Amino acid sequence: MSDDNNDISQMSFEQAMAELEQVVSRLESGDVALEESITLYERGAALREHCAGKLKQAEEKIAKITLDGSGAPTGTQPMEPQ
Amino acid sequence: MDLLEDDGPAGGGNNTPEFSVAELSGAVKRTLEATFGRVRVRGEIGRVMHARSGHLYYTLKDDRNALDCTTWKGQVRGLGVLPEEGLEVIVTGKLSGYGPQSKYNMNVDSMEVAGEGALMAMLEKRRKALAAEGLFDAERKQTLPFLPEVIGVVTSPQGAVIRDILHRLRDRFPRKVLVWPVPVQGPDCAPKVAAAIHGFNAFTQGGALPRPDLLIVARGGGSVEDLWGFNEEAVVRAAAESAIPLISAVGHETDTTLIDHASDRRAPTPTAAAEMAVPVRADLLAHIETLGARASRALGAAQNQRGQRLRDLSRGLPRAESLLDIPAQRLDALDRRLPAALSARVARDQVRLGQAAGALRPSALERATQGQAEQLRTRSERAQRAAGRLVRLAATQFQQLSARLSPTPLDRQVQMQRQALDQVAGRLETVQRQHLRDATARLAALGRMVDTLSYTATLARGFAVVRGADGILTSASAARAAGTFEIEFAGRETVPAQSLSAAPRPRARPKRSEPDRDDGQGSLL
Repeated sequence: MSDDNNDISQMSFEQAMAELEQVVSRLESGDVALEESITLYERGAALREHCAGKLKQAEEKIAKITLDGSGAPTGTQPMEPQ
Repeated sequence: MDLLEDDGPAGGGNNTPEFSVAELSGAVKRTLEATFGRVRVRGEIGRVMHARSGHLYYTLKDDRNALDCTTWKGQVRGLGVLPEEGLEVIVTGKLSGYGPQSKYNMNVDSMEVAGEGALMAMLEKRRKALAAEGLFDAERKQTLPFLPEVIGVVTSPQGAVIRDILHRLRDRFPRKVLVWPVPVQGPDCAPKVAAAIHGFNAFTQGGALPRPDLLIVARGGGSVEDLWGFNEEAVVRAAAESAIPLISAVGHETDTTLIDHASDRRAPTPTAAAEMAVPVRADLLAHIETLGARASRALGAAQNQRGQRLRDLSRGLPRAESLLDIPAQRLDALDRRLPAALSARVARDQVRLGQAAGALRPSALERATQGQAEQLRTRSERAQRAAGRLVRLAATQFQQLSARLSPTPLDRQVQMQRQALDQVAGRLETVQRQHLRDATARLAALGRMVDTLSYTATLARGFAVVRGADGILTSASAARAAGTFEIEFAGRETVPAQSLSAAPRPRARPKRSEPDRDDGQGSLL
């Protein structure tokens, strides 16, 4: 199962959520074979986990780019939003 | 006169001071500068020349006059608005003279567009030019990422704008934000904003600084002049070229700058830009949770439904034994019918046999025989008739042939053969008699010749025949060797004889040169 779901880790949040929605509506439609419905549910769970993970990565980090005399970026310095 | 006066410095009557050209040029220049100082002049820009040195040369004109203007390289950045032909402007600077060409001009260090109307006319002209290039085409617009990881903000690091953006981002979905500080008004604004957009695009994935997935170019509200930098071509082009999706949020809702046309999305305010940039995290979490719950419920429901269906079906499934009941019943029925069927069959066949046997009688055979005998009779009669006809035909033919057959020719031939035979026999007899006569005559002649040739006749003439035991002796040596012999004379009379010279023969041999002949002669005599 984990092999089949390797691709999920590469998905963007949006892709993963779109597929999760698809999975849920297919499951709800009830015309999926039992075997497949379990596979589908497992994939849905993996997608959900991936999405939740992406949402948990909500870290705030604000930095200001420092520039040299010619206007080229040299690095960053932390910046606090007031 | 003038020459004379010049020659005579002490010439009276003319107190006009004398200048050299340089002195006068210098004086004019000083006078111009001192008299006018800094002036503001309004006019329409005529021809503009960008010198390679970086200086700008252009003319300011109205319907009748022209004023040469210069802006040195170092002053261009502070000019505010770059001169464009046809643009109505108010320039500020100082008047001066240019001695080498006997000209006066104005050194301009500041330029502003003369009135909103003129500014708007210029903006419209520029917008059309850039639109004609396709920079504002809808096909160029990129879609914004749903959830960017890193957001690059091009704006002033101070003030309400960046604060509003960061606050709204934190409320919705805290993200990594990189702020590229730029002046948002004044002459430096446009080049720095353009450089910042290019700079963010130059970041490489995995480089020292994270490359943003989304750019926001933001500025608070202000006058048309304040926002002018975002109308500059460099900024518009940078926004259009950006490979990173870009949201523009310049001025208030009603302000429109050219960057808004070139950006992928235009936000009416900086806060709105932040809202476009990220979704609301809490909503998403709730949505995801809802989806998860729905999936679980759907799976459970599906399983329950199938379980129920399974139970229903199992109830409907008959017992295994009952499946055999009906076939077993059929077997029994057939089993009962089997013997009856066999005897019925035998009975049926017996009936058929009886019918067949009834038909089988001698009369039937007789009928068949009679028919065949009749046929045989008919055919033999026909054969007899045919045979009789054949015999009669053959007899007729035979009679005809035998009538033609007579011995007469045969007799005639016999007669002829007989005559020929008689002739030949006659001739044979004649020839035979002649042969006999001839043979008799030749026999007599030969007899006489035999008598003539016989040695007996020779004997009669005095010769004799000497015979040894082994036959006739014709030489003396043979006679000596034989020893005894007999001599025949005429009349077949014989006398026995013996050789006498048998003893002396070895003696005589050495004495004689021809012993054989002498010996022979001697013994014989």
